[in-house]
Amino acid sequence: MASEYEFTAKDIVEKPEILMSGHRACAGCGPATALRLVLKAVRGPTILTHATGCMEVVSTIYPYTAWKIPWIHTAFENVAANASGIEAALKVLRRKGRIKDEHVDVIAFAGDGGTFDIGIQDLSGAVERGHDFMYVLYDNEAYMNTGIQRSGGTPHGAATTTSPAGSVIPGKPEYKKPISDIMVAHGMPYVATASPYYWKDLITKARKGIEVDGPAFLHVIAPCPRGWRYDTSKTIEISRLVVENCIFPLWEAIDGEYQLSEPSEAIALKPETKKPVQEYLRMQGRFRHLFTPKFEKVIDEIQWITDKRWQRLLKKCGIN
Amino acid sequence: MEIVKQKVLALNGDEAVAYAVKQSDVDVVSAYPITPQTIIVERFSEYVANGEVDTEFICVESEHSALSACLTASAMGARVFTATASAGLALMHEILYVTSGCRAPVVMAVVNRALSAPINIHCDHSDSMVERDCSWIQLYAENSQEVYDSIIQAFRIAENPEISLPVMVGLDGFSLSHTLENVQVLPDDVVRKFVGTRQFPFIKGHEGKMVPFKLDPENPLSMGPLDLYDYYFEHKRQQEEAMQKAPKVIQQVHEEYAQMSGRHYGNGLIERYNLEDAEIAAVCLGSTAGTVKTVVDELRAEGVKAGLLRIRTFRPLPVEEIIKALENVKAVAVMDRSLSFGGYGGAVFHEIRHILYDAHIHPYVVNYIYGLGGRDTPRNLIHKIYQDLQEILQTRRVEKPVKFIGLRE
Ligand SMILES: Cc1ncc(C[n+]2csc(CCOP(=O)(O)OP(=O)(O)O)c2C)c(N)n1
Ligand code: SF4
Ligand SMILES: [Mg+2]
Repeated sequence: MASEYEFTAKDIVEKPEILMSGHRACAGCGPATALRLVLKAVRGPTILTHATGCMEVVSTIYPYTAWKIPWIHTAFENVAANASGIEAALKVLRRKGRIKDEHVDVIAFAGDGGTFDIGIQDLSGAVERGHDFMYVLYDNEAYMNTGIQRSGGTPHGAATTTSPAGSVIPGKPEYKKPISDIMVAHGMPYVATASPYYWKDLITKARKGIEVDGPAFLHVIAPCPRGWRYDTSKTIEISRLVVENCIFPLWEAIDGEYQLSEPSEAIALKPETKKPVQEYLRMQGRFRHLFTPKFEKVIDEIQWITDKRWQRLLKKCGIN
Repeated sequence: MEIVKQKVLALNGDEAVAYAVKQSDVDVVSAYPITPQTIIVERFSEYVANGEVDTEFICVESEHSALSACLTASAMGARVFTATASAGLALMHEILYVTSGCRAPVVMAVVNRALSAPINIHCDHSDSMVERDCSWIQLYAENSQEVYDSIIQAFRIAENPEISLPVMVGLDGFSLSHTLENVQVLPDDVVRKFVGTRQFPFIKGHEGKMVPFKLDPENPLSMGPLDLYDYYFEHKRQQEEAMQKAPKVIQQVHEEYAQMSGRHYGNGLIERYNLEDAEIAAVCLGSTAGTVKTVVDELRAEGVKAGLLRIRTFRPLPVEEIIKALENVKAVAVMDRSLSFGGYGGAVFHEIRHILYDAHIHPYVVNYIYGLGGRDTPRNLIHKIYQDLQEILQTRRVEKPVKFIGLRE
């Protein structure tokens, strides 16, 4: 499944913005960058729907909006059902000649809370029904809008306000839910992971997700300086490191066939270039407590789960 | 206008709903099965499977998603329908408010059923009464004929650009939903003409020009934004203003429909039964009104001046109409098929008693909680209520203003 479209830096500059400036995201907000990049892949008339969360809250406040194209937010846990309704309406209204006979794309945005946790039921249902829409998960690994609480997407050992680094429990005890694998297991036609540092890869995948017939799922890692506790200038660097240490490898699954994307494939071919997790963890305040003798072993656990999942991924991609 | 020639079909209440929806040129139906609503979804699925409707049917994985999908489909400009009951309506609770807040004219049949626990599939009004404050228009039907007629009318009410609010039509579980009745149905083309195509309010869009209120790539709008203390309150008042405009629209639609069908349900808001000279009266909604009317006839035959006020439109509450209807009644028994735990009587009682406080007439107003969980309410129970009212008038005393009736003591 090759997209005809080749993105260049020029396109990025020249394609009109859809998420306009003036919104209230923090400086260095990874999700805002992620959404802007995704929207560079839009190919024509498009309807957006958005789950409650940081990006929904920062992009509107009555009577202002940052959205150039039709956009609707209704609640936190139902964005895939919202997309289902939009897609069904488009089909029938076109059939009845009540709207122009042209294709309209549907994109749903949700955070990790809206996806891994409270919204997984309607996401699963919408994908099972096969609606033609792209679901974009911007994963900042916690409930940021409500003040950095843990989600099913928060990584092991991270301190959040509901998995604080205590003197007994060192941050989140559980491991991150493998949400994208769960989506692949639905038998959906297109699932991919992406990172804002690899912008061309991200936009190309977004475009493929839009172009595919049926549901597509794009999982974008989206660092949040507020919640991850790092300097606002480091978002893009962190977006690179998380791929280089294979905590968040880049891949696509087309009709269930896993395939590594270029940056991760290069690491697979040259395993000695795979970075250890330390540097990445050390940059972020949410892991600060791990760099103490008492909790050091959690860093080993993070390395262990990273390696285990990476090996499993290589196997799925047919690389041994 | 002349009364249209109509077919008579043997339909239960659920089938009457499905048939009305089939005729109303609905674009999107999204629903999830729950007893006693299932027949609606099943019949409609058959219409889709047999190509009898041009409707996208989204067979979702929950009621929360059913209403979420209806809401956005409606925001796209589609005519939309869903149906549920009991736990399903409770699961929709959050999205009920979002739907009315987004001013999406969704029409929903609520097949009234008790709420858990303990789990019970039979009729009472707990499910929809608890949702009376969510800015949905609420109509309650007495029989399956009225169910059919009300669903068709509901699309015209909801989609009126002055209103733009969702409408729920309540029908009693099993006593209506599963009971066969002769239902007169209008020809397809007549219904289609009556419901017409969907209308939209116009609002100021992003670029400052007036645009139809829907999601449309040519006229982009943002719907459901963050809206804090500086505008939220005005938006809520707008919703209430639309509610206050609804009685006129409900009456107009009801009258226009009556002209072609020959069927009236009072004035569309309330129905007065032998109230003109009544000294004692019951107030109720839903199918129980049928039994009460029989009892009123029996009492009238004995010379007792008994009457009934049936509330068809419970939201918005037709305040003036209710005052006028009860103005000369001396003792009123309000029947509630739901319970407001820890409150003073049921939801309908709260309304009626407090309306009459303003009216400078102070009849005795007592409350009967009846029929919870499908408990039968036969004629003798209704007779007991009217006897109580007569006793109150004789003794000029009310022993207990709020009573349970028809249960073990
Ligand atoms: C039903 C419901 N429960 C809880 C909330 C409160 N809430 C709003 S946003 C949010 C967290 C959002 O987290 P996520 O999806 O990760 O998005 P983020 O804010 O991190 O971008 C929560 C818990 C809500 N709006 N609705
Ligand atoms: S808290 Fe994080 S996700 Fe939310 S706006 Fe700020 S940087 Fe972005
Ligand atoms: Mg988040």
